[in-house]
Amino acid sequence: MFPRPIAQVSRPARIAYQVALPIALILWLLPLLGVAMTSIRPSSDLAAGNYFGMPSSLAFSNYVEVFTKSPIAQYILNSFRVTIPTVIGVIVLSCMTGFALGIYRFRSNLLVFFLFVAGNFVPAQILMVPVRDLTSQMGLINTTTGLVLFHIAFQTGFCTLFMRNFIRALPRELIEAARVEGVAEWRIFWFIVVPLMRPAIAALSVLVFTFIWNDYFWATVLTTSAATQPVTAGLFSLNGQWVAQWQLVSAGSIVAALPPVAMFFLMQKHFIAGLTLGAVK
Amino acid sequence: MAQAASETRPKGWWRSNQQTITPWLFLFPGMVFFGLYVIWPIFQSIWISFYDWDGLRAPDGSTNATWIGLGNYAELWGDRAFVTSLWNNLWWLVLYLLAVPGGLAIAIFLNQTVRGIRLYKSLFFFPFVLSQVVVGLMFAWFYAPNFGLFYNLIEWVTGDGVAVLANPKLATFGIIAAGLWPQVAYCMILYLTGLNNVAPDQVEAARLDGAKGWRMLWFVILPQLRPATFIAVVVTVIGALRSFDLVSIMTSGGPFGSTRVLSYYMYEQALSEYGYRMGYGASIAVVLFMIMMVFISGFIFKMIRDERGLG
Repeated sequence: MFPRPIAQVSRPARIAYQVALPIALILWLLPLLGVAMTSIRPSSDLAAGNYFGMPSSLAFSNYVEVFTKSPIAQYILNSFRVTIPTVIGVIVLSCMTGFALGIYRFRSNLLVFFLFVAGNFVPAQILMVPVRDLTSQMGLINTTTGLVLFHIAFQTGFCTLFMRNFIRALPRELIEAARVEGVAEWRIFWFIVVPLMRPAIAALSVLVFTFIWNDYFWATVLTTSAATQPVTAGLFSLNGQWVAQWQLVSAGSIVAALPPVAMFFLMQKHFIAGLTLGAVK
Repeated sequence: MAQAASETRPKGWWRSNQQTITPWLFLFPGMVFFGLYVIWPIFQSIWISFYDWDGLRAPDGSTNATWIGLGNYAELWGDRAFVTSLWNNLWWLVLYLLAVPGGLAIAIFLNQTVRGIRLYKSLFFFPFVLSQVVVGLMFAWFYAPNFGLFYNLIEWVTGDGVAVLANPKLATFGIIAAGLWPQVAYCMILYLTGLNNVAPDQVEAARLDGAKGWRMLWFVILPQLRPATFIAVVVTVIGALRSFDLVSIMTSGGPFGSTRVLSYYMYEQALSEYGYRMGYGASIAVVLFMIMMVFISGFIFKMIRDERGLG
């Protein structure tokens, strides 16, 4: 193990490490802690210059105000309306493409695979003008559907890479044996491969959920009104309205961050597994 | 088709060809989506970059775009805002890579087995889960003149506060620092996984040979962490060139356009109050795309080599 396990070093060093851990963590999360503190500070504290001291009272009313005086509930609903269908769509498409590229050997297999991989890395801006044009020609500009369709397509690149590599690692004998038995190819997919893909599906669902929830660029390009905007874009416009009302900006930020954060803490194992794919041989 | 002719029943034809046809049936929906929304638009953007177009269409679908050849690119050549964006992208690229050693350092710090370490690891990773919009707002608060934590810290140390985001010389660096926060967390998690898989016998053998500290890290550990380093560099480079959200949230390209990057400048030209210049915006996007293609091709090249190596 590297570095040397702390249990094997001298007692003072061990204590120093135990002390350093929480201090490092607090320093690391300082911006977050600051914003969390601000979100429960009454506005009178901010007006009086009490920015860092103990809040004079706990003002959970900031959160109430965020919900009652801004369309943030609508924004959050919109985010769910974009995120959930996208996750489902991406999983369906990438299970299929991953199966095709992971199981079958055909000449253009690698070419198709690398087209997906390369497309996944292109900058959003090179797609912006044509995708916006396409979406408006379909009459889907400023709708969550327009956003969902694009997200499904774009995320398919990354998810195909993930699924294909996952399927590659499955024991091939299973599939060969089924073929010898004369099982149809689509049955191999549905009854043999998909059940084995469950961990990959879980990992990708969590990951894609977070990516899409946190997307800001496409939200601003394809949606414009409070009725359709996801919470990231919504937060930006609220920030413009709440000039210098930092207690509201902070509370809004925390509300917007909660769903992916909850997702992360509940599904941590899958999340990390998805993210670190390829980090080890 | 020759086989189809020899087999009279369609069922037999399907049986002998299903292994060739099935992958394409499975690929079809994904390829249609990806082709329509990702691959084809790349070529369309390149095409649009030769036009002057405001992005509008008449009800019959026609446009008033006019062909101006390399006109947009010629204009870029003399556009100072474009040059600023290009420089800033370079700064992003160089400084963002600090996330890689930064992530490694934190990973080494946290790679212990003490009580509660799992929770520490998750909390250190936490910034990556936040949306860049939220990160941007947090750092805007952090830097805010008079009451921001960072502002007060500087004032306390030097006696004079600095309004980072209002200073054209510093603003870009302030934004990059905000971007590093989640990126370091990402690299950290890659390295933690990597460290977990370092062969313990090699470490013990090296330790018996008297290797420790930096020499151990450099000669024994880092070579084993190469896959993690590779992924960390790839995602960091791509992330640096993609930076848009933080610039938009924290400064909107200001003050005086000093924090623009190519991705943001493109958006500004094509889709904001500064004008609807789709062709010009597309030409900026093409430049950004070309820069990224250098890295993407390098990445793909290495992956193909690995694929071949694995057989």
